[in-house]
This record gives sequence, C-alpha cells and structure tokens, in this order.
Amino acid sequence: MFNTEIIVKSLPMLLQASVWTVIYSLTSVAIGFCIGTLMCAAGLSASRLGRAVSAFYVSFFRGVPLLVQLLISYYCLPLIGVNVPSSVAAVGTLALCTGAYIAEILRGGFLGIPPGLIEAARMVGLSRAQILTRIEVPLAVRFTLPSLVNETTMMVKASSLISVVGVLELTRLAQNIATSTFQPLEIYLTAGAIYFVINGAITLAGEFAESRFRMEKAR
Amino acid sequence: MTFNPAILTDNWREIFDGMVLTILIWIAGTAIGLVIGLAVAVIQLFTNRWVAAPLTLYVAVMRGTPFLIQLFVIYYGGPFFGLDLTPLVAGVAGLALYGGAYFSEIFRAGFLSVPPGQIEAARMMGIGRLDIVRHVQLPQMLVIILPALANMTVLLSKETAVLSVITVNELTSVVQSIGSTTFAFAETLLFLALVYWAFLEIVTAAARRLEKRVGRFMLRTQG
Repeated sequence: MFNTEIIVKSLPMLLQASVWTVIYSLTSVAIGFCIGTLMCAAGLSASRLGRAVSAFYVSFFRGVPLLVQLLISYYCLPLIGVNVPSSVAAVGTLALCTGAYIAEILRGGFLGIPPGLIEAARMVGLSRAQILTRIEVPLAVRFTLPSLVNETTMMVKASSLISVVGVLELTRLAQNIATSTFQPLEIYLTAGAIYFVINGAITLAGEFAESRFRMEKAR
Repeated sequence: MTFNPAILTDNWREIFDGMVLTILIWIAGTAIGLVIGLAVAVIQLFTNRWVAAPLTLYVAVMRGTPFLIQLFVIYYGGPFFGLDLTPLVAGVAGLALYGGAYFSEIFRAGFLSVPPGQIEAARMMGIGRLDIVRHVQLPQMLVIILPALANMTVLLSKETAVLSVITVNELTSVVQSIGSTTFAFAETLLFLALVYWAFLEIVTAAARRLEKRVGRFMLRTQG
C-alpha cells in the first residue's frame, strides 16, 4: 500500500531540510560565479600563466565527477591540516565545481561583447577591474542568462551529492527518514517532488529575469 | 601526509575490475539511454498530445530532480512494485532513464532542425512517415546534433560515479573502500580523480575529432 500518511507526517521536516538545500546550492552558485568570472577573465587575458591556470581549473573540475571532488575535500582536507565543518568543505567544493562550468558559460558571453565597447571604456579612463565589473560582467550575464539559470538548477540537483559526505540537507534527511520508517518509495518520491518544485521556481524566476533583461547578442 | 603508492599497486586487480565495470555501465547506460531518447522524441513528435503528455512529464521529472534521488527511487522503491533489482541493474536502468530524458530533448531539437520543406517534398513523393524519419530526417539531424549527443555521453560517464552510493562495485566504490580500509585517503582519492580526469580528457578529445570529421562533411555538402 502506498502510504500517504508517512508523506504528510514527514513533509514538514523534509521542507525544512530543503531550505538547507536551497541555501547550500545558491551559496555555492554565488561563490562559483565569482570564481567563474575571475577564471573566465584569466582565460581570455593576454597572460599566458592566467590562461594556463584557467584551462587547468576548468578542465579538472569539469573532468572529475563531483562525488569524487566531494570525497577528496571531505577526507583529504584534514590530512593537510584544514579542519572545517563538512558543510563548509562541501559548499566550497560545489562552488569550485560550478565555477568551472560558469567560466565556460561566461566565456561565450564575454566573446559576444563588441570590442569597440571595451576600447571606448579604456579611452574614457576606466581601469581593467572597472571594465570587468561594470561592463563585461553585466553584459556577459545578460547574454548568457538562460545558461546561468540552467546551471543553478543543475547545482540544486548536484547538492544532493553532499549528503554522501554527511551534510544534512534534503537528500540526507530523506535517507534518514526512509531507513527509519522503511517507506523509501514514498519518502524519496516526496523529496524528488520538492527538488522538482525548487527547480521549477528557479526556472520561472529565470524566465522572468530574462524577459526583463534580455538583449540580443551583438554581432 | 605521506604517499604510499603500494596501496594502489597491491590492489590493482580490484581497481582494474572497477574500471572495467565503470566503462561497461557507461556504455550500457548510454546505449539504452539513446534508444529511450530516440523513442521518446519520435513518439512526442509524431503522436497526439495525450500520448505525448506523460512522456513530456517523464522528461521534465528526470531533468528536474537529482540523479541520486532517481537511483534511490529505483533501487529502494523498486521492491514496492515487485522490482527487486540488483544494485547494478538499478544503476544501469537509472543511468539510462536519466540520460534518455536528456537525449530525447536533443533528438527533438534535431528533428525540428530539418527544414519542413524537405519533409513535405518527401511526402509528396509518396514516401511513408517512418521512411521519411529514417532516410530524410535522421541522417541530416544526426550530423547536427552530434556535438550535443557527444557532450551528454561524456557527462554520463561522470554520473556513473554516483552509482557507488547504491553499492555498485564500480571504480569510485572500489577505490573508496580501499581508501577506508587502509586509511590511505590521499593516495586512493587523488588517484581516482586522476583516472576520471584522464578518461574524460580522452573521451572529450575523441568526441571533438569525431565532430570535426562530421563537420567537414557538413561544410562540403553545404558548399
């Protein structure tokens, strides 16, 4: 029998845990965005070292499964003397991982910016950092908004993996409830539904933002 | 932190078996996923909306929920439907269903990318619907969607690591258990990362070469 009672009973707890899922994933996307921007700028810069670092970073964090990255940060950070709570290590790893994807996404946006605009900004005396934060990033974000929103939903999904390194969030709590009540189907379907709703909300918000900020890519 | 590579060489047999299983899971999951994806796309595009609606829901659900949760539902929730799957079967099925949803979107975009005029022309000549799909649409769209298919296939190879959570004895699971029995976390996990990284680089490079070859053919036919 499909046990709806257990769903009703555990829903409040699951919803509470899902707040952590949202916090962890959005925090990592925010940090990852900063890392991604810097790595993207480095990758497009004239500096050979910058390009090498950026290429290495993007290749590694996109080339290794996130689960393996999480295991490394969980088990190996203490070995080199870094003792941080597992949630901090996990969010940091998520941020590094999504940063690599965001760097790749932003690259397309950066390349779509007309070079004349950058030259003009340089002519009026804006510094390199100002050009990056005031002109390049806002434009690149507008050009690539759908991909960035998609990456955010990917991170909400990916955050389920941090349950494996013992961080309490939606998946972890669902696991705990499922093993103690012996009703895994009901609980995991409910957890899945919550993820689905979170991602639906993010997608809708993204579509709203897009309709307000959309710009045609300059050619 | 000391490094002791002997832990890896002592257990090379297990690690090798894990690698083989990872690759087999990846190939099986991708192959079944491609079949599911193509079937879903064809059904969505060529039947009425009542048949297509459940499939649209399937695609949205698989794309909107974590792969890990999907595995849990199949593996731990399967017995509810009388499906007592082994971890391996549940894992491959999960990978195929997950990949299939993404593949179906790629195939759908591919079908829509073939100019409708060609399909009309083929229909005028009395070619049947399925023959149009086989001889007019598929050959052209496969060229166009190859980069997207290759990209998704590469992504699926990384997802195989998640199968370790439902106790499939693939590479991540094997290396992790060696790590936790010997406490040699650094050696085992860094080795694990390097193996995946090298594998991904090789597969990605192969995909790029394939795209280049097919791309060359595209340019020729267009010119």
